[in-house]
Amino acid sequence: MADHLTSWVLALVQTALFVAGAPLLAGWLKRVKCRLQNRRGPRLTQPYRDLLRLFRKELLLPEGSSWVFRAAPYVIFGAIVLAAAVVPLIALRLPTSAIADVIVLVGFFALARFFLALAGMDVGTAFGGMGASREMTVASLAEPALLMAVFTLAMSAGTTDLSVAIQRILSSGLVIRPSFVFALLGLLLVAVAETGRIPVDNPATHLELTMIHEAMVLEYSGRHLALMEWAAQIKFMIYAALIANIFLPWGIAVGFGFGALALGAAAVAVKLALLAALLAVSETLLAKMRLFAAPQFLGFAYLLCLLGMLSHVILEVGG
Amino acid sequence: MNALQGLDLTRQLILLLAALVLFSSFAMLAQSRLVGLVRVFAWQGVLLAVTTGLVAYASGHTHLYASAVLTFFLKGLLIPWILHRMVLRLGLESARESDAYRTPVQLAGAGLVVFSYYVALPVVQLSALFTRNTIAVSLAVVLLGMLLMISRHKAVSQVVGFMSIENGLFFAAVVATYGMPMVVELGVAFDVLVAAILFGVVFLQIRASIDTLDVDRLNRLSESEP
Amino acid sequence: MSLSLALWAVLGALASGLLGLAADRFPAPAKAAVFALLGLSGLGAVLGGGDALLRGLTTAQTFPLGLPWLHWHLCLDPLSGFFLIVIGIATVAVSVYGPGYVREYEHGRQSTVPLYLFTGIFVSGMQLVVLAADAFSFMVAWELMSLSSYFLVAYQHQHAANRRAAFLYLLMAEVGGLAILLAFGVLAAFGGGFSFAAMRAAALGPGWASVAFVFALFGFGMKAGLVPLHAWLPEAHPVAPSHVSALMSGVMLKVALYGLIRFTFDLLGGPHWDWGLVLLLAGSASALLGVLYALMQHDLKRLLAYHSVENVGIICMGLGLAMIFAGTGHPRLAVLGLIAALYHTLNHSLFKGLLFLGAGAVLQRSHEGDLERMGGLIGRMPVTALFFLIGCISISALPPFNGFVSEWLTFQAALQAPALHSGVLRALIPVTAAALALTGALAAACFVKVFGVAFLGRARSRHVRHAREVDLGMRAGQGLLAALCLVFGVLPTYTVQALEPIAHQLLGRGLPSASAQGWLWLTPVSPQTASYAAPLVLAGMVLFGGVMFALLNARRRTRRVRRTIPWACGFGPLDARMQYTSTAFTHPIRRIFRPVWEIHEEVETGGDRGLRPAALRHRLHVEDRSWRVLYEPVGRWVAVAARQVGRIQTGSVRTYLAYSFLTLVVLLWLIT
Repeated sequence: MADHLTSWVLALVQTALFVAGAPLLAGWLKRVKCRLQNRRGPRLTQPYRDLLRLFRKELLLPEGSSWVFRAAPYVIFGAIVLAAAVVPLIALRLPTSAIADVIVLVGFFALARFFLALAGMDVGTAFGGMGASREMTVASLAEPALLMAVFTLAMSAGTTDLSVAIQRILSSGLVIRPSFVFALLGLLLVAVAETGRIPVDNPATHLELTMIHEAMVLEYSGRHLALMEWAAQIKFMIYAALIANIFLPWGIAVGFGFGALALGAAAVAVKLALLAALLAVSETLLAKMRLFAAPQFLGFAYLLCLLGMLSHVILEVGG
Repeated sequence: MNALQGLDLTRQLILLLAALVLFSSFAMLAQSRLVGLVRVFAWQGVLLAVTTGLVAYASGHTHLYASAVLTFFLKGLLIPWILHRMVLRLGLESARESDAYRTPVQLAGAGLVVFSYYVALPVVQLSALFTRNTIAVSLAVVLLGMLLMISRHKAVSQVVGFMSIENGLFFAAVVATYGMPMVVELGVAFDVLVAAILFGVVFLQIRASIDTLDVDRLNRLSESEP
Repeated sequence: MSLSLALWAVLGALASGLLGLAADRFPAPAKAAVFALLGLSGLGAVLGGGDALLRGLTTAQTFPLGLPWLHWHLCLDPLSGFFLIVIGIATVAVSVYGPGYVREYEHGRQSTVPLYLFTGIFVSGMQLVVLAADAFSFMVAWELMSLSSYFLVAYQHQHAANRRAAFLYLLMAEVGGLAILLAFGVLAAFGGGFSFAAMRAAALGPGWASVAFVFALFGFGMKAGLVPLHAWLPEAHPVAPSHVSALMSGVMLKVALYGLIRFTFDLLGGPHWDWGLVLLLAGSASALLGVLYALMQHDLKRLLAYHSVENVGIICMGLGLAMIFAGTGHPRLAVLGLIAALYHTLNHSLFKGLLFLGAGAVLQRSHEGDLERMGGLIGRMPVTALFFLIGCISISALPPFNGFVSEWLTFQAALQAPALHSGVLRALIPVTAAALALTGALAAACFVKVFGVAFLGRARSRHVRHAREVDLGMRAGQGLLAALCLVFGVLPTYTVQALEPIAHQLLGRGLPSASAQGWLWLTPVSPQTASYAAPLVLAGMVLFGGVMFALLNARRRTRRVRRTIPWACGFGPLDARMQYTSTAFTHPIRRIFRPVWEIHEEVETGGDRGLRPAALRHRLHVEDRSWRVLYEPVGRWVAVAARQVGRIQTGSVRTYLAYSFLTLVVLLWLIT
């Protein structure tokens, strides 16, 4: 029983770490990117300050908006935090990871996106509708690619439960799987699209013609905006943790000993930092695409995931 | 988790490279710029050479080293260089194929992969080599090369498609029977080289006489239509 | 016991229809009695069906009706029990919703008698279809259902378009009925009788079995709206009064699926895997094309009808997987596929019924069926909007509502493909699963559009601006379905357990692993493979979102909020025309999937002032390709054939007498 309790407490702690660490990751990404562009960049803790400032600020609601607009930040935050709870960050075999498998995880993202788009349309401006339309278009192409990558993993690990899958990958040692290489590439592209990074969307722009995510949250202010931003940062960290822990699972804690947990935390911190640095490099090198180039980008991701699946069936399982 | 774990690292690498060869075929289908197409073709040649080298290492067939080196120089460097020069001489650096049917073509390509898997299954069950699963991949590369030839308008793309068919055949020979006899291989390699040069000459002739390299225009030569 | 309850339900629905005959003379009491009886009939169906399903009982009875040598066989087993529940729930909701909704027709020029009469017959016909246990009574009940629904589609016959839709519907229904008759004919020929028991005993070779399957797939698939046989569905369903649309889309399609399940899993015996593959591919095509066509619609009810095509596709994918697994010797996985399909059947009847009722509420209050003229209804009709939102979330397959659970189960079934021996199936099934993923994502996009354009933002027309909330009964009807959407989403383990008797009946085993970990955890294959704790998901979301809400809104100072004018790029006051319309919303998707539709688009710029034209005229017409590809050629072919046959029609009486005479002679010669 005590063991049971410990694992639930650990799960809560891990979720809290996820929620608390997400702004840090965003700050790190921003800083690395600034350094790469020969700028000094804000401090690592700047995202926390921004959030705090937004929480304190007065809340303004646009005229004519309904309760959907006010409820959306909480629904989105709830769904994303729940998603964070089921992703193994430091340790495997936590009880929360059994609540939802990876398909449900995609469902959480879809739920959050649904309300985000509705909130955008609730205001009744052209921007909100534009953002919602673009977001749903990009998502409707990215989601199947994401699920395709997930299916590849699920088929070779024989499970859709993230914790079990990572454990099986870990226990089979270093095996080069063609399918995983493709799935990794596909997943990277999808993650870029889904978290609204360059080259699909630009988180730093307010230019009308290009923005997607920003267009939907344009009318948000105060604590609502803070929740939205925070949820976006957590979502980014979830994707990073997924990629890091599925494809490079080494270091993650299998048992609940202190040493293993500390190692797990250190390992995941290094992995996430490296991944964010990689993204910063690619964002520095690439320019944002036109909106209608995004389908080709995602089509390519879809193709990669499909090839991953096919190469799993053809090369790894065989006749 | 699957049969892959039973293989050593080299063999796992070979499978990975086989998958990448397949991927390069898809990348060719996705490329609409001729220069990019030639570049991808060169990469396919390099991948092929590396795979052959690894197969040679894993199976101990030393003559495969020779064909690996030959492949590298011929298909990774020489032919792409010829093609590239041709593209430049014909003034097609910025020429693009239309992307009208790109997605359906790629989906058809995925369908072809499944189909070639289906066709290759009986053969795979006969073979005992560890590379047997890649037979389907090599067949798919052949079919994708044909698809490339069918779906493109520019003659240069069709030559690349043709060369990629040859790549698929060579790949099949390497993985299914650890390569053909050296004489045959040399002969084929020479043929391909001659073909590349001949194509170049023909292109110049075609362009000189009908002023385009769009193969759809070749039907103007038919006598039925004035 | 349960069968007699079900029979009372059939009689109740019939009586409700007959009572409707008095509607012209005593409008108010007749209406009350009609809907009360309909509700009781629905309740009886739920109770009778529930009893049969939960206890796993089979009761059969024969009635001295019908042909002298073939009495009516009626039978209530878990499968029919389940479908009775599906019919019953929708009927109850409609009977609560109906009295408020038909008010619109009471003061019209038309009598409400046909509406009441045929609704009653329609419901009793559907109930009878699932109870029938011989081909004759099945076909009689089937035609009862088809014909009465034809009159319901044609109810508002003032518009030529409605009459055309109704005729198309009748035509397709009869062609489909013919195919079903042929399918039964094949089985009856081998089984030596028209009762289902005799058909079950028939020993068919694989060739004839496939012939029977193809006929059944064509006939039932036509009624269910499988692509490419779906073209009548988006024409016919929206034209009926909305509560009848809810029954047609929510329930009648399910009756067709019942026929398919009964025929392939029960009567034909063990399904072959290649039939399953056909059904799987047809299902994924339906799902994908259904949602893509739905996206392009701006008539709310038409859009919902196209979504029925999509959902029937998803159900058929589950059924196809079940057949593939059953045909290759994996009964446990076949059960998973079957249960996923049945679960989605139930779910679709709930949320599609709910959405049609919501669309009816909007239609009644604003007299607008076109999304492009709606907007801002959430302020005018808050309760309807809430229920409609629940329907949208459910149909978009988002957790923790019901649509998600059944799609999740379908995914889980598809992911068990590595268990198959055939490599091609192993490669194809995940690809269809990816098609399902694309479908789900597009459906979410579509319902963001529907809810966002219709209920959010600003009103786009005067009627909509002055719409009022509907009456209590109509709200209650929607509320019932909305509540069930949440219940079946949050308690999947109980639902799966309740569906197990059907699996026992059809495949000889259940799915004990699904609920082995207690009611919280749904583990379809094993807890190691996948698990989903829907109650915890709901609790977690309420917890995390709620804690945040409580924290942030605790202090009184923060509770006060200021309203401001949204940013409009400095173009002055916002007006409704600045919003994204339904067509604008789907523009990127229309561009990406362009080859799917037949698009006619014209842009005219007027008042030439260079880059800033004074007037802009945009015409867009998106057509269903199946018309050009399939129906028009068939129509032409039929017309040509008819002209050929027409040659024997000389118009002279003597020629016709000669035909009769010759026929008589030939027949006499044949029988000697």
